[in-house]
Amino acid sequence: MAAASHNIEPTPVHHQFEDIEQQNETYVVGMWTFLVTEIMFFGALFLVFTLYRWNYQLDFYKAHEHLDVKLGAINTTILLFSSFSMVLGVHFAQLQDRMKVLASLGLTVACAMAFLVIKGFEYASKFENQLYPGLGFTNNVEHVGGANLDHAQLFYGLYFAMTGLHAVHIIGGIITIGILMFLWLKKAPSVTKDYIPTEMVGLYWHFVDLVWIFLFPLFYLMPKPH
Amino acid sequence: MSATSTPAHDQPVAEKNYLNAQHTVRSWLLTGDHKRIAVLYLVSVTIFFIVGSFLAGLIRLELMSPSGTMLESETYNKVFTAHGVVMIFFFLIPAIPAVFGNFFIPIVIGARDLAFPRLNLASWYLYVFSGILAVIALCSGGIDTAWTFYPPYSSMYSNSQVTLVIVAAFINGFSSIFTAINIIATIHKMRAPGMTWFRLPLMAWSSYATSVVVILGTPVVAITLLLVLMERAFKLPIFSPELGGDPVLFQHLFWFYSHPAVYIMILPAFGIQSELIANFARKRIFGYHFVAFSSLAIAGLGFVVWGHHMFVSSQSMYESTVFSLLTYLVAVPSAIKIFNWTATLYKGNIRLHAPMYYALSFIGLFTIGGLTGLYLANMGTDIHLTNTYFIVAHFHYVMVGGALTGFLGGLHYWWPKMFGRLYSDTAAKITAIIVFCGFNLTFFPQFIMGYMGMPRRYHYYYFAPEYQIYHILSSLGASLLGVGLILPAIYLTHSLIKGEKASANPWGAHGLEWTIPSPPPTENFTEIPIVTDEVYDFDPVAEHEANLAGKEIELPSESEQPTKVDEPTEAGKE
Ligand SMILES: [Cu+2]
Repeated sequence: MAAASHNIEPTPVHHQFEDIEQQNETYVVGMWTFLVTEIMFFGALFLVFTLYRWNYQLDFYKAHEHLDVKLGAINTTILLFSSFSMVLGVHFAQLQDRMKVLASLGLTVACAMAFLVIKGFEYASKFENQLYPGLGFTNNVEHVGGANLDHAQLFYGLYFAMTGLHAVHIIGGIITIGILMFLWLKKAPSVTKDYIPTEMVGLYWHFVDLVWIFLFPLFYLMPKPH
Repeated sequence: MSATSTPAHDQPVAEKNYLNAQHTVRSWLLTGDHKRIAVLYLVSVTIFFIVGSFLAGLIRLELMSPSGTMLESETYNKVFTAHGVVMIFFFLIPAIPAVFGNFFIPIVIGARDLAFPRLNLASWYLYVFSGILAVIALCSGGIDTAWTFYPPYSSMYSNSQVTLVIVAAFINGFSSIFTAINIIATIHKMRAPGMTWFRLPLMAWSSYATSVVVILGTPVVAITLLLVLMERAFKLPIFSPELGGDPVLFQHLFWFYSHPAVYIMILPAFGIQSELIANFARKRIFGYHFVAFSSLAIAGLGFVVWGHHMFVSSQSMYESTVFSLLTYLVAVPSAIKIFNWTATLYKGNIRLHAPMYYALSFIGLFTIGGLTGLYLANMGTDIHLTNTYFIVAHFHYVMVGGALTGFLGGLHYWWPKMFGRLYSDTAAKITAIIVFCGFNLTFFPQFIMGYMGMPRRYHYYYFAPEYQIYHILSSLGASLLGVGLILPAIYLTHSLIKGEKASANPWGAHGLEWTIPSPPPTENFTEIPIVTDEVYDFDPVAEHEANLAGKEIELPSESEQPTKVDEPTEAGKE
């Protein structure tokens, strides 16, 4: 039975699977399971952030005023757009329209790079103002808007830890999408005949995007505590 | 026998199997075959087990005398830390899922391989890489924080190899996550036709529950350790009070993983236990659904009890009360399992082969381990018992009496299937008894001295020489246990070379793994089986009649001479 469908549909089915449906369903389960680990990974960080922000509301508020909301908002827009181009990529993969897939994925990678560049500028300005945690942290209370220096350092520590890990995931995304594009370029049947691999990379990318959607308001858009 | 005998065509002679399909080292190191990866894991966890046991031997040797003269304080701290790290991260957590889970999950559900073979191989490489890092750390000064890595000591003060060991633990975590993803995807989507969820062997259920715990818990400890690392490397303030952080928050995050980690170690052993009890009592397991769901219940409840490790931290009394009550709740599904195994034995047609010796000792040891856990779940008694040898004895009864006994039981049960050779049943039985006696002699005295007040992690006790007798008993037991653990290495290795060839189903057991040749061919099944019968479907009437007739089960290797035909296993190919 599996062999018969094999002749009509040249999509490569790995030896451990009976047919392409089983293979694809397994990929989907595997990817979602992986995303659950990612959620727990970031979830613990969000918990840590929430607890400290709860404890030091005013200091976190004062410290956060030195983040650049404009750059953060631009980055949010860029990532949202990259998710849209990723959706287009999956859509064209379903239609097996190779050039359009490559164009959409290329656009996604370009957005990801733009995000990293802007993030780099943000980091650079923090470093200029000695707002990086560690022994070199500023001892000028003015720099952190009059916040308690320890708590401001805690804020920036979490800022660098969380946005840094997110950036690592963006880089991971760029590499993964790059490999996918390479396979499309090579016309590898594992991706051209079957849109599921493209969709799986898309899922990962949406997840990375979603993490930022939470990071942005948590760090940049704090309401003033009373 | 009739219900369990295997068709004749399942006895191919001189066929290729996964062991002799290819011979090059490269074919092993780049394999995608779940069975070969399982063997790679078996070799590596055994090596780490030897390292960990050697360290345990040093601890027991030191404690023979109250004066603490053999090791210095710092060295002693490093030795027990290394013992904990090696045994937990490199033996107990991967041992059963990565060896028996890897080898048998695809086979018992009727699949050709795990879902993601390359991920599986990557998992082994990550394991080995993290193991090498850990060994480098241990050889270049060691680490003295205890396996719990509590900050601020670990992040601010310790001058030992904390960074390297944390990196190793972090990478090791991903290795177990990869295995877990593989097992979940495989059980969900790759079951053979007719293999419904409730026809799964209980070993598959408990592996599934374990994998869920790994998926949900491991990332949390990974990020927590990463934060400790950042604090250590860049003075990023998260947990150290000097830097405005909260060290108790670390304890919460750490135990959110590390309590469930206990279930990562013990749940797979429960699964093996269910297989052994049903197959050697030759009876369908009592209350299959309850045993299956109790695994999931333990996995779920395991995530809401971590605060019982923190009764003496700054945790509020109300928090402790809730954690205490929830901890008592975990005893319910655990007890369901014990009751159901015992009920399965009742009126069963029990065959006392070596694996069953381990299964029976598991019931006793785990019951003691579990019941003493209740003393620690109770806030009042826990405050007295915290950081005493009572706790050391408790978790060794669960980890060694439970997980290690389960591992040994599984090893003896599946050895003929994995390597196609029979070992000496008598030698194995004697060993099981030695392990049981040695284990109890090692750890039971620790309950008593812990209750009397002997603190853990002390390398001298000259102020209280009355504990010496217990320490000496414990060290004697450890030597006996050591003998019991060396013996299997001897007779199992011997069986590989000189052992009789095993038939497909030497135990007359139920399960798809016993319908294929021993050792299995690379693709497991020539044709994917269609499952029509229930799991552990022993025919009670036939079993009863066989029992009345006084017929003892024969090892088919004795009755089926044709399988002993000399085949060119090693020589002649390549
Ligand atoms: Cu616990």
